[in-house]
Amino acid sequence: MRLPCPICGERDRREFYYRGAALALHRPDPDAGDEAWADYVHLRDNPAGVTRDLWYHEGGCSAWIVVTRNTVTHEVLGAELAEGAR
Amino acid sequence: MRFSALRILKEGLTGNKGWTPHWRDPAPKPAYDVIVIGGGGHGLATAFYLAAEHGLTNVAVLEKGYIGGGNVGRNTTIVRANYNMPGNSEFYSHSLKLWEGLEESLNYNVMHSQRGVINLFHSDGQRDYAARRANSMINQGDDAILLDREGVRRMVPYLDFENVRFPVYGGLYHPRGGTARHDAVAWGYARGADMRGVDIIQNCEVTGIDVENGRVTGVQTTRGAIKAKKVGIVVAGRSGQVAALAGMRLPIESHVLQAFVTEGLKPCIDQVITFGMGHFYISQSDKGGLVFGGDLDMYASYAARGNLPLVEHVMEAGMTLMPMIGKARVLRSWGGIMDMSPDGSPIIDKTHIDGLYLDCGWCYGGFKAVPGSGNCFAHLIAQDRPHPAATRFRLDRFRTGVGLMDEEGTGSQHNLH
Ligand SMILES: Cc1cc2nc3c(=O)[nH]c(=O)nc-3n(C[C@H](O)[C@H](O)[C@H](O)COP(=O)(O)OP(=O)(O)OC[C@H]3O[C@@H](n4cnc5c(N)ncnc54)[C@H](O)[C@@H]3O)c2cc1C
Ligand SMILES: [Zn+2]
Repeated sequence: MRLPCPICGERDRREFYYRGAALALHRPDPDAGDEAWADYVHLRDNPAGVTRDLWYHEGGCSAWIVVTRNTVTHEVLGAELAEGAR
Repeated sequence: MRFSALRILKEGLTGNKGWTPHWRDPAPKPAYDVIVIGGGGHGLATAFYLAAEHGLTNVAVLEKGYIGGGNVGRNTTIVRANYNMPGNSEFYSHSLKLWEGLEESLNYNVMHSQRGVINLFHSDGQRDYAARRANSMINQGDDAILLDREGVRRMVPYLDFENVRFPVYGGLYHPRGGTARHDAVAWGYARGADMRGVDIIQNCEVTGIDVENGRVTGVQTTRGAIKAKKVGIVVAGRSGQVAALAGMRLPIESHVLQAFVTEGLKPCIDQVITFGMGHFYISQSDKGGLVFGGDLDMYASYAARGNLPLVEHVMEAGMTLMPMIGKARVLRSWGGIMDMSPDGSPIIDKTHIDGLYLDCGWCYGGFKAVPGSGNCFAHLIAQDRPHPAATRFRLDRFRTGVGLMDEEGTGSQHNLH
């Protein structure tokens, strides 16, 4: 699998650290309550198909990126910088 | 049809014409007392214990593919009870005891082989941890022996003991650990359940879960609607999707785990050896193939096949530990879909919907759990209270933070297990 870093171009998967669902961008307010926080930290849509997840270009430009890809076929559909992605 | 040595002899002499199918192929009935979704190891074992221990025989197992097609037929077959934390410790101990009586209770040869598991360590700190873990195992009533380097060398002389990065300091030896034939476990439970009246229905995918006034009433399937008083979800890597049919989101992320097997060789590896630092473990099957694997590919996937970087990593780790395997040719590699939970430990619990139960989160270690999970899940479904060996596998531990079982000590977070 190769991921298209918006800054570095297409790079080997080994250069990236995987964080998981891009849900991590939607951090609740500190006082949002335990349901909201449990949701955020633990619960996942876990789709079989198109997903958006967060990768860190550790062996490259150090950007966090949101990759859109298919969990069934491993097809990579695109990527954008996490900054401002939401 | 019962299996016995005499029967094998008789069949051998009469052209093996008397063997019959191991289970029936029934059409779904309109209604059951209990429906078990998922005909993997855990689902089949659940059905078996519902019938064998709780007298519930009006039960169906609904499997979307075929029996043994999921992870139960894709794993590397290691069976052990060497856990450290309360919760896991008593559960895997219970499961190993069931393994030890399994062939008799099923009248089926699952080739359970207690050949011993050795977990290697490579530093003083790791030795301390291995000693602590060994003591936990002994306190639980299981067996553990701390081997020093010479002790390991006597058992497995072919390791690279002087490796510069990971010199072998010793090993945690668990003599009752070992392997079993994975698909025989599925077949044995399927046959045992079927003989007691359970309907095993293959090619039957559950596409909907019917809930009325907060209570489950049945399921929709590709073979029609089926009513049920109780429904158990036990679908491993597909847990998130099936739970979504009942409107639930789970603390589960599905990942791919790969494994490999070489051509058949003469017996050379007698035990199961794990090399945690390299994310590598290996055993030799009774056919002679070296069966080995490593860590997850480490990204969410339903592909049931992995990527090459992990293949390379596993091969490198194998060569680091035991250079002698370098000339063996790899025959096959494959992957399975793992239901990863945030703390790496499982869930066996009721849901917020009456009559709907959940068994998932087995991560990469659920084969050894097959008897224990089936036994405890059947108990929960039949009696509506947890089995004493599985009281801590609660779904709400992730919300409350109470009773998290983070065996690896990495933190309760999805990408860390
Ligand atoms: C490569 C690999 C190596 C492993 N090694 C080990 C090991 O050495 N030791 C160990 O203890 N564990 C190991 N495991 C883990 C172990 O295999 C799993 O944790 C365990 O098998 C999961 O439970 P199961 O057998 O019930 O799963 P499965 O066999 O996957 O059963 C789930 C079933 O549910 C069915 N299903 C899904 N959705 C639906 C639906 N909508 N309707 C109907 N049916 C459905 C699926 O078709 C499947 O048959 C390994 C796993 C892999 C992939
Ligand atoms: Zn980059």
